[in-house]
Amino acid sequence: MGAKILEKRIIREPDVYYYRLEAPLISRKAKPGQFVILRLHDKGERIPLSLADINPKDGTISLVVMAVGKTTAEMAGLKVGEQIQDLCGPLGLPTHIENAGRVVLVGGGFGAAPLYPMAKAFRDAGNYVTAVIGARSADLLIYEKELSETCNRVIVATDDGSKGVKGLVTSSLEQEIKENGAGLVVAVGPAPMMKAVCNTTKPFGVKTVVSLNAIMVDGTGMCGGCRVRVGGKTRFVCADGPEFDGHEVDWDCLMNRQKMYTGREKESFEAWKNRHKGLAEEGAAK
Amino acid sequence: MPERPAEERALDFGEVALGYTLELARAEAARCIQCKNRPCVSGCPVGVPIPDFIRHIKEGEIQKALEVIKTANLLPAVCGRVCPQESQCEKVCTLSKKFGAVAIGRLERFAADYMAENPAAAEKAAEVKKTGKSVAIVGSGPAGLACAYDLARHGHQVKIYEALHAPGGVLFYGIPEFRLPKKIVASEIEKLKQVGVEITTNAVIGKLFSVDDLLAEHDACFICTGAGLPRFMEIEGEDLNGVYSANEFLTRVNLMRAYDFPEYDTPVETGLKIAVVGGGNVAMDAARTALRLARRASRERGLPSPKVYLVYRRSEDELPARKEEVHHAKDEGVIFETCSNPVRLIGENGRVRAVECVRMSVCEPDPLAEAPAVDASGRKKFRPIANSEYRIEADTVIMSIGTGANPLVPMDTPGLELNAKGYILAKDASGQTSRKGVYAGGDIVTGSATVISAMGAGRQAARAIDEYLKNKK
Ligand SMILES: Cc1cc2nc3c(=O)[nH]c(=O)nc-3n(C[C@H](O)[C@H](O)[C@H](O)COP(=O)(O)OP(=O)(O)OC[C@H]3O[C@@H](n4cnc5c(N)ncnc54)[C@H](O)[C@@H]3O)c2cc1C
Ligand SMILES: Cc1cc2nc3c(=O)[nH]c(=O)nc-3n(C[C@H](O)[C@H](O)[C@H](O)COP(=O)(O)OP(=O)(O)OC[C@H]3O[C@@H](n4cnc5c(N)ncnc54)[C@H](O)[C@@H]3O)c2cc1C
Ligand code: FES
Repeated sequence: MGAKILEKRIIREPDVYYYRLEAPLISRKAKPGQFVILRLHDKGERIPLSLADINPKDGTISLVVMAVGKTTAEMAGLKVGEQIQDLCGPLGLPTHIENAGRVVLVGGGFGAAPLYPMAKAFRDAGNYVTAVIGARSADLLIYEKELSETCNRVIVATDDGSKGVKGLVTSSLEQEIKENGAGLVVAVGPAPMMKAVCNTTKPFGVKTVVSLNAIMVDGTGMCGGCRVRVGGKTRFVCADGPEFDGHEVDWDCLMNRQKMYTGREKESFEAWKNRHKGLAEEGAAK
Repeated sequence: MPERPAEERALDFGEVALGYTLELARAEAARCIQCKNRPCVSGCPVGVPIPDFIRHIKEGEIQKALEVIKTANLLPAVCGRVCPQESQCEKVCTLSKKFGAVAIGRLERFAADYMAENPAAAEKAAEVKKTGKSVAIVGSGPAGLACAYDLARHGHQVKIYEALHAPGGVLFYGIPEFRLPKKIVASEIEKLKQVGVEITTNAVIGKLFSVDDLLAEHDACFICTGAGLPRFMEIEGEDLNGVYSANEFLTRVNLMRAYDFPEYDTPVETGLKIAVVGGGNVAMDAARTALRLARRASRERGLPSPKVYLVYRRSEDELPARKEEVHHAKDEGVIFETCSNPVRLIGENGRVRAVECVRMSVCEPDPLAEAPAVDASGRKKFRPIANSEYRIEADTVIMSIGTGANPLVPMDTPGLELNAKGYILAKDASGQTSRKGVYAGGDIVTGSATVISAMGAGRQAARAIDEYLKNKK
């Protein structure tokens, strides 16, 4: 099964895109915290992307994707109406939604987007939901508006102070826990940020759930490529996760495994950029 | 059977065994003495009428031969290539002791290949009367393909749901091109589509649909999801970069075509020193695949020739892989490190650099003990020799020590009974499970087995499902 792109817009220059895809079957089953795996064409790689919105009513799902390499950049070149060849999901276990009183959601990078459907679910379960999102500067923030629709409160932190509180999300998180307490913290974003969040919450003994972004192939538990050590055991992120108790995660293991193909990925991206340049020039010559 | 020379074939992914010519095939078929007791037929897990098809080949009636095979085996081009004939039909061949068994597998393969190359005048497929019943099949490995084919022939509407983006199961993502060309798998799938079987890819049952969802839409369901959950040794260093499960390694290469990186987007790393841990068919496939990738890389970049080790804890006699595969691997240059077991993996900057192994020795039968020194599989037990640790340098380690049951479907299917190892419990050979209208077969019931047994299970389930549907209102 593939999927048509119904809507696409850039939500942060130059590299973060929002896509809404026609996926009636997936939208019927998907829950916050789950992801899909897509493949753009016959020669493409399978890449996992979190659900940034789920709309069973109109049969769509949304993704927010940061163009960081070959596949994500190629995807950014697709137009509305074009088809993604393979779309597989929903995958992974959904976020465990419970009433924990106060829930603090922490997002970094593309991670603010998957918090959106989670926030709705946590609020429906009766929680007071606070989102803490951060970026280097105001122009790099995403999903602030969307999150303010679904959360009780949004705290913004920027490294340069151009918006909200000056400093890292972890300082804002620490202050929030000190002032108001928290029954549950959920963090989604780059591994170093999730690790820092866990270090922040640990002294307070606040349960902290993280969504791990290991390199995947099938996404069904068949290859073991996505394995990470959690609580001293080998766990498959695609099947046992993607969410785990952050205080149990072996972060060095995850971050090392994310680097497995760094050289190859660069090679692939460069080759693609060169081919692309050639095509663009050919086009211009015509 | 003619083979491509080891030096040549170990550089590419072209098929190793070339197959018989018509003359060679007829000559081999003439060796069959058409004995009365036909031990080969009982040696075949699906009871192919072997002497009958061989007689047709001897007489040059290849199409008839193929028809005879197909009464029992729907995938002769596949099984002729990958069945362990030496431990099935050929093992019990009357000629085997004195003169060497008739090459049954090769003849089977010949019949299928010959008819694919010289298709008979297109016979018009007999119109099948539609029953109006429909069956969902979960998984498109040999069990699913066979079940689908038989059900379609009975006039049922069949829809296969496959988790990956391409159908075929292990035939597609596991067994490499040089042993089973993908075009053979593709043509089997094409035949299914021609008889009206629908295949939905990217459909993970347990996620996109539950078995109950399927039962709401179809009249019965056959689960054949295979034994695809890779096991690891749980030793130090297994999470280092450069350590793969055989499933991941083979999937990257076969399904994702990493051997054509960067033209294809999915990468795979081999380096020049590779250790494969295990001794089954899967380990041989991983070793021979790695060897090809590494040889090519070393040629292209003018590097020293690669080394591929196969580390196995017992002796060569106990290797569970097919003899033919062991022989191919050796010819191509795989170095067999038998009686050796990894105890930890040693890394540097997050990448694996070496495997630390201990030497193993066979357990002498204890004259006082009742229990023989063999394990459940009947193979001799081996134990580590104290202080015998040594290192094998390796940039890539491929763990090929077996697989387990994937829990995705059972987790999502209330009332589906499993055995202690997590495989689906089938009441009998029909594959009937604890849930009404739900059947299961292939590796998800038996644990890792063979293509032919999975295919056989698919056919038996098709028979049972057909019965069930006849009686169902
Ligand atoms: C469960 C999960 C959810 C994710 N959700 C999102 C999301 O919502 N938005 C988003 O922008 N990104 C998300 N990612 C990350 C996204 O999958 C990678 O950015 C993408 O695969 C990069 O591919 P590329 O070819 O563009 O870049 P590459 O240059 O190939 O890779 C860049 C980096 O991405 C990671 N990566 C590469 N290939 C894979 C792969 N097959 N699987 C996983 N990671 C890989 C590696 O760490 C690599 O260093 C998610 C990852 C996971 C595991
Ligand atoms: C590398 C390798 C080499 C082998 N060599 C030989 C050999 O030489 N000879 C031999 O006889 N046997 C060999 N085998 C074993 C043989 O391939 C298997 O026994 C056989 O394929 C099992 O068939 P199956 O139909 O039960 O399952 P599989 O072939 O495993 O197919 C199962 C299918 O189900 C799909 N699936 C799984 N979960 C889901 C889900 N939740 N929803 C939808 N689809 C799902 C999978 O993606 C897969 O396509 C080998 C196996 C491997 C891995
Ligand atoms: S991605 Fe293959 S097991 Fe998780």
